[in-house]
Amino acid sequence: MSLLELQRRMAEDVRRPLAAGFAMQTVTEDGTLMEERAASYITPNPQLSSFERLEIYNRQYWFRVIGAVSEDFPAVNAVLGERRFDALVLAYLKEHASISWTLRDLGAKLPEFLEEHPELAGRRYRLAVDVARLEWAYVDAFDGERLEPLSLAELAGIGPESRFELQPHLRLLELSYPVEDLVLAVRRGTPETEMSSSASQERSGPAELRLPAMRRRTVYLAVHRYDDQVYYRRIGPEAFRLLGALQEGRTLAESLTAAFVGKTVSAGRQAQVVQECLAHASQLGWLCAPRVEERPA
Amino acid sequence: MPANRFNAFTDYGVGIGLRVPHYDHILCRKPVVDWFEIISENYMIDGGRPLRMLDAILDQYRVVQHGVSMYFGNAQPLNRDHLRRLKELTKRTKTPWLSDHLCWGSVDGRYTHDLLPLPYTFEAVRNTAQRIREVQDFIEIPIAVENVSSYAEFHESEMTEWEFLNEVVEAADCGILLDVNNIYVSSQNHGFDPMEYVNSVPAERVAQMHIAGHSKFERYTLDTHDHPVLDPVWKLYERAIERCGPTATLLEWDDNIPSFDEVHAEALKAMRFLEPARALELDEVMA
Ligand SMILES: [Fe+2]
Repeated sequence: MSLLELQRRMAEDVRRPLAAGFAMQTVTEDGTLMEERAASYITPNPQLSSFERLEIYNRQYWFRVIGAVSEDFPAVNAVLGERRFDALVLAYLKEHASISWTLRDLGAKLPEFLEEHPELAGRRYRLAVDVARLEWAYVDAFDGERLEPLSLAELAGIGPESRFELQPHLRLLELSYPVEDLVLAVRRGTPETEMSSSASQERSGPAELRLPAMRRRTVYLAVHRYDDQVYYRRIGPEAFRLLGALQEGRTLAESLTAAFVGKTVSAGRQAQVVQECLAHASQLGWLCAPRVEERPA
Repeated sequence: MPANRFNAFTDYGVGIGLRVPHYDHILCRKPVVDWFEIISENYMIDGGRPLRMLDAILDQYRVVQHGVSMYFGNAQPLNRDHLRRLKELTKRTKTPWLSDHLCWGSVDGRYTHDLLPLPYTFEAVRNTAQRIREVQDFIEIPIAVENVSSYAEFHESEMTEWEFLNEVVEAADCGILLDVNNIYVSSQNHGFDPMEYVNSVPAERVAQMHIAGHSKFERYTLDTHDHPVLDPVWKLYERAIERCGPTATLLEWDDNIPSFDEVHAEALKAMRFLEPARALELDEVMA
């Protein structure tokens, strides 16, 4: 067996989902006995069979990836309860194997996945999706890139045709529930840990939380980092659309149109909304110069 | 002897791993610590608090980078994005040497995020040494490869683990991060004499050592980094220092992390062995 063949075989075995009780499956998808498959490349020792030695890695893989994703979504865990949450993470990871050297990105598609699988969420589906989106926005805001914002002099020079790059760590969310307090409450009870170490891992339990009653109501949030802290800032629907259009690279004039499309708002009110929105955005350092495309020399 | 070309001729003493729960203590109390080891991947990010914390640490301490996802033993080409980011971080930390594991961990673009053991074959020696050389050429900093703990062995193997380590580091002309706890854990799982391993390591290539705690289960031993260092591991460390001279040493403690002082006190126990070795070295210089 070549090195590549051995690595392909072992990777497939290590990443195969566990059976009940965190045990390695005894039969593969195509009916091969795992005992035979393990023995084909792993030697036994007096204490452990080939199967049992492979099982250590199989279990370790799942503990590690489940742990990494779970750590980013403690509030989804609190909303769904541990059983549903574990099933969700497992289903997600079966479809989304890690394709990056870093564990940081492993949960990136979980909000989308949950949205596509209401059956995994139960009756708190919408709420759980909102919480998941907010928790992932937190991850992006926490260590996303920060650009130098426009200076006061540069801000003084902006006009209808100006375009901006918004701060890369800024995330704009439209949610059906005002979930930010819930997420904050859970985060306060969850200690911060590192993504990576070289140690073997066992699983630790999630924080228990009593959920406040929550009424459905559309809210708009700007999730961003300021002075190394992540903040959830409520914004109005017009500001949400305005910033969203700017984020897509549209001019200020185009973005204003987008912000008030279909609305009958007086010119005076429009001006006030825009002024406030841009004042906050510049104070918080969200407005940056558009990046110059690198051209080949 | 311990200050060699594989650790850029430094003499770093006893370090501990930089961990999030200790940030506040370190920055407020400014304890005297020879150096900190960081997990490179935790800082190969675009921005935010981890990098700000790292900069604050770098203002006052020496930092050495230790990686967990280079996978020198992968059968396929290196990940260029990973290498670029790693090199960028080395410019920030000015790490005198760089370590990662003698293992594999991904194939066909899918990652296991584990340090998987290699079959000890000549094919694996050639492949691994080649990749270490490529990394060394790209990063332009001495590389030390660390022996891992393992729980499985392969029919394909053509030599012992220590023979494999010797072959690889000779072919790659790189340094070794000798983890004596990993040697002990593997010796328990595979039934070899850990002292024979320590005695077979090319001493002149050892850039750094790791000590750590492990957990013994009924039928196997797991590398958990959640305990103080156990006696048989200190014995191996003592012998390794005797052979290699006073070498930069780091205590790994990654789970159930106690207070900073407790971790540091545990690490400083290594001085029992380092100090006599230093005195001996000094005598030799004076003689
Ligand atoms: Fe280690």
